[in-house]
Amino acid sequence: MNEQPLWEVFIRNKQGLDHKHVGSLHAADARTALESARDVYTRRMEGISIWVVESRYIHASSPEDSGSFFDPANDKVYRHPTFYKLPDEVQYM
Amino acid sequence: MDTEALQKEFDEKIEKDIKIEPKDWMPAEYRKTLIRQISQHAHSEIVGMLPEANWITRAPTLNRKLILIAKVQDEAGHGLYLYCAAETLNITREEMQEQLLSGKAKYSSIFNYPTLTWADMGAIGWLVDGAAIINQIPLCRTSFAPYSRGMIRICKEESFHQRQGYQILLTLAQGSKEQKAMAQDAINRWWWPSVMMFGPRDADSPHTKQSMAWKIKRFSNDELRQKFIDMCAQQVEVLGLKIPDPDLKWNEERKHYDFGEIDWDEFWSVVKGYGPCNEERMSARIAAHENGKWVRDAAMAYAAKQDAKSKSSTDKTSTKISKNE
Ligand SMILES: [Fe+2]
Ligand SMILES: [Fe+2]
Repeated sequence: MNEQPLWEVFIRNKQGLDHKHVGSLHAADARTALESARDVYTRRMEGISIWVVESRYIHASSPEDSGSFFDPANDKVYRHPTFYKLPDEVQYM
Repeated sequence: MDTEALQKEFDEKIEKDIKIEPKDWMPAEYRKTLIRQISQHAHSEIVGMLPEANWITRAPTLNRKLILIAKVQDEAGHGLYLYCAAETLNITREEMQEQLLSGKAKYSSIFNYPTLTWADMGAIGWLVDGAAIINQIPLCRTSFAPYSRGMIRICKEESFHQRQGYQILLTLAQGSKEQKAMAQDAINRWWWPSVMMFGPRDADSPHTKQSMAWKIKRFSNDELRQKFIDMCAQQVEVLGLKIPDPDLKWNEERKHYDFGEIDWDEFWSVVKGYGPCNEERMSARIAAHENGKWVRDAAMAYAAKQDAKSKSSTDKTSTKISKNE
């Protein structure tokens, strides 16, 4: 079967913002993927820049291991400003 | 983790309204139900382009024509968002396509009715898209994340569909006697099929209970149908037209409109393939798929050729670099 590969689409809505994943589509090559992404995902000026990447090139962390994978961040509350209690008199901090 | 623990984790997520992502563990039946529902929904968007496409070349003004094209194009987009959401559940686009074209998969029966006059574009926008919106808004909160994300995108686009339809009817209703009659005739023909869009009565809908427990569906068919009827009963008055149901009446006690009995024989017969346009719709889809084959093949052949070309040119660059070393 002559299946067109799957592409993930990322769009920047506005100058200064990150590209954000919006969905996927099938296309024969990068150029048609970009054109289809424009037609499918930006019909109402939702974007000023599009990235497409073939889905098979994306590596993802697995949800089953997410517990241990993100574990190192779990017990480090001191990384958050709210961990530090300061006297009320201190201003602008 | 064993299945029991995974099931427990899944149940907790559903309970706490935490969305399920494609790679998360999910019960096989949940996956199956979603594949069926999302792909049927996608097919409906795609087949749903046909009745309206019928009027693009005959729209009464250039403005109406542009609007109708934009709406039909949106429906194509909705189909694509939904196919993508279904694909995250491990079914391929080709399989879904095959299910639709072989008649194995269903799509919304409403699209098996013909569009006889321009006023039908108004009635479809107002009633059919209106019913779709009522169905789709709660689906923005459905438990499967890609479906929910797709629905949020779709709902943003739908409201223009309903409004443009209503405006077509409003214009006709304020026009000549013939135009007003044409608008009324369209409502007469589209009303009951639209009411049927919400599916069988709760008592006859075997999947509803489980789908609601999984929070795939958030309201039952009858609840959504009532909401739709209440909404239309008010809006039709502004048009100065009538809903073709002699039993439609405000019920002060229920705080809802009562309505007449739905012709369930008609409903099931259209579902089973005996509607006025089932065959026509399917043959149009099959023809579109077959006639587009050479385009898809050419695109793939071109991509392969470009790929080969760029590979051979990178090979050259890398040899050049190693020579310089
Ligand atoms: Fe739609
Ligand atoms: Fe629509």
